[in-house]
Amino acid sequence: MADSTTGKLRQTPLNAIHRALGAKMVDFGGWDMPVEYPSTGGLVAEHRAVRRGVGLFDVSHMGDIRIHGRRTPGAALAAVEHITMNQAARLEIGQAQYSAMLYPEGTFVDDVIVHRLGQDDFLLVINAGTRDKDINWVQENTQDFDCVVEDLSDSYTQLAIQGPRAADLIQELTYANLSKITNYWFTHSRVCGLENILLARTGYTGEDGFEIYIPSDKQTSEEVWALVMSAGREFEIRPCGLGARNTLRLEAKLSLYGHEISNTINVWEADLGRFCRMEKGDFIGRGALERAKADRVARKLVGLEMIERGIARDGYRCLDQAGEAIGVITSGSPSPTLGKNIALAFVPPGLATLGTVIYVEIRAQKAQARVVPTPFYKRARTAETKSSAK
Amino acid sequence: MVYPTTFRYTKDDEWVDVKGELGTVGLTHEAQCRLGDIVYLELPAMGAKLEAGKPLGVVESVKAVFEIFSPVSGEVVEVNLQLKDAPEKVNSDPHGAGWLIKVRLKNPTETEALMDAAAYEAYATSPERETAH
Repeated sequence: MADSTTGKLRQTPLNAIHRALGAKMVDFGGWDMPVEYPSTGGLVAEHRAVRRGVGLFDVSHMGDIRIHGRRTPGAALAAVEHITMNQAARLEIGQAQYSAMLYPEGTFVDDVIVHRLGQDDFLLVINAGTRDKDINWVQENTQDFDCVVEDLSDSYTQLAIQGPRAADLIQELTYANLSKITNYWFTHSRVCGLENILLARTGYTGEDGFEIYIPSDKQTSEEVWALVMSAGREFEIRPCGLGARNTLRLEAKLSLYGHEISNTINVWEADLGRFCRMEKGDFIGRGALERAKADRVARKLVGLEMIERGIARDGYRCLDQAGEAIGVITSGSPSPTLGKNIALAFVPPGLATLGTVIYVEIRAQKAQARVVPTPFYKRARTAETKSSAK
Repeated sequence: MVYPTTFRYTKDDEWVDVKGELGTVGLTHEAQCRLGDIVYLELPAMGAKLEAGKPLGVVESVKAVFEIFSPVSGEVVEVNLQLKDAPEKVNSDPHGAGWLIKVRLKNPTETEALMDAAAYEAYATSPERETAH
């Protein structure tokens, strides 16, 4: 139980709120972030709140890059198409898509949510740990396009309100007709008394939910946090930390940079081909992916469920019956929703078939695990939240 | 004070309660606070030989794995089997029903070097320990 020293960590505008709530704070990619709030029940209680009710996350550490056109019509769209693998042209104004920026090798710079703000105006929401790298990457690779790249990361406090009661809660804070905003759509509306707030039906929990982007000054941030918390009281809202965010996203098999995706993992291996539009024309990484597709993929991302006691953790080795190393765990944890120990792992395609039994090396012991369908958890979708994302 | 005054404590957040030649070993309240929801414990078998300061087992919370270090040297004579199905007892009652193992002590005076309750509480709540894990 070694201590870590705080050093010079970056803080979100809500840092004082987290500390006042007695949150356990950790260094997450250079940010001083809440991992859980023991005073309101801790990680598992937070996880359950999101699956059954609603939870509030401070995700202001995420980065935001706006790319908009200058004089040449369509230049920003062309730039976004060049640096991301999904097809931004398919987006209507007010719609968002999951996508990724790739290296020429077909591996990941980062995964992103691309929002189409206007005809030639886009907002890319990126990961905290890769912010500086991403912004440099975008700037370098859009130089040939007549567009403006703005780093708006420090302009927004980003809150995620997630769970089956999220819509009921948000509806108390806005006049926007939320039934018109389906999964992966967004609007600009009056929220918590603030004008022109980006309100998106997106998230990273596998649950229905919203993300709002408000001005990043401390006072506004704290006021909106308090308003959301008090509007959520009737739904038994809980503040949620990065611990629950991780178990929620793992159950939903959402990728985490540095785990399921990285600069050494390509799109096919990460099983994200459905978000990659090879037919849209050229983009960075396309050539390598074309070549890689022709070859056989050397490893596949699979879901595992532990049969024997033990928890597979990130970085643990996967073994075959004979004890030979065959792969690696990318993420692993007890699943609060399923009551089982689950994991994601890279294994050879021959061992990726559902039902295959492999072994995970846990502290020099072999523990049996089975390849199971993913996502581990899938929410029941109502007509209202049904995805029309492209 | 949440820390029983008859126990001795390590800087790794274990406690030992010595009664004659027998020592009961557990994790402190501070440890369970830091760990969060405990879901799994790996404890030594009966008869295992322990050495003070060396790993005796592993505790896992939802989010991570941590080693447990033995506060004493000796032989394991009892293991808290209730924790196999109810590891959360370490969260709810760390200094009582959440005990881990009982050890026949090799050297009962060994624990004199450990912290008493007052010293441990001061250590556990010191500001430089604020942002662990």
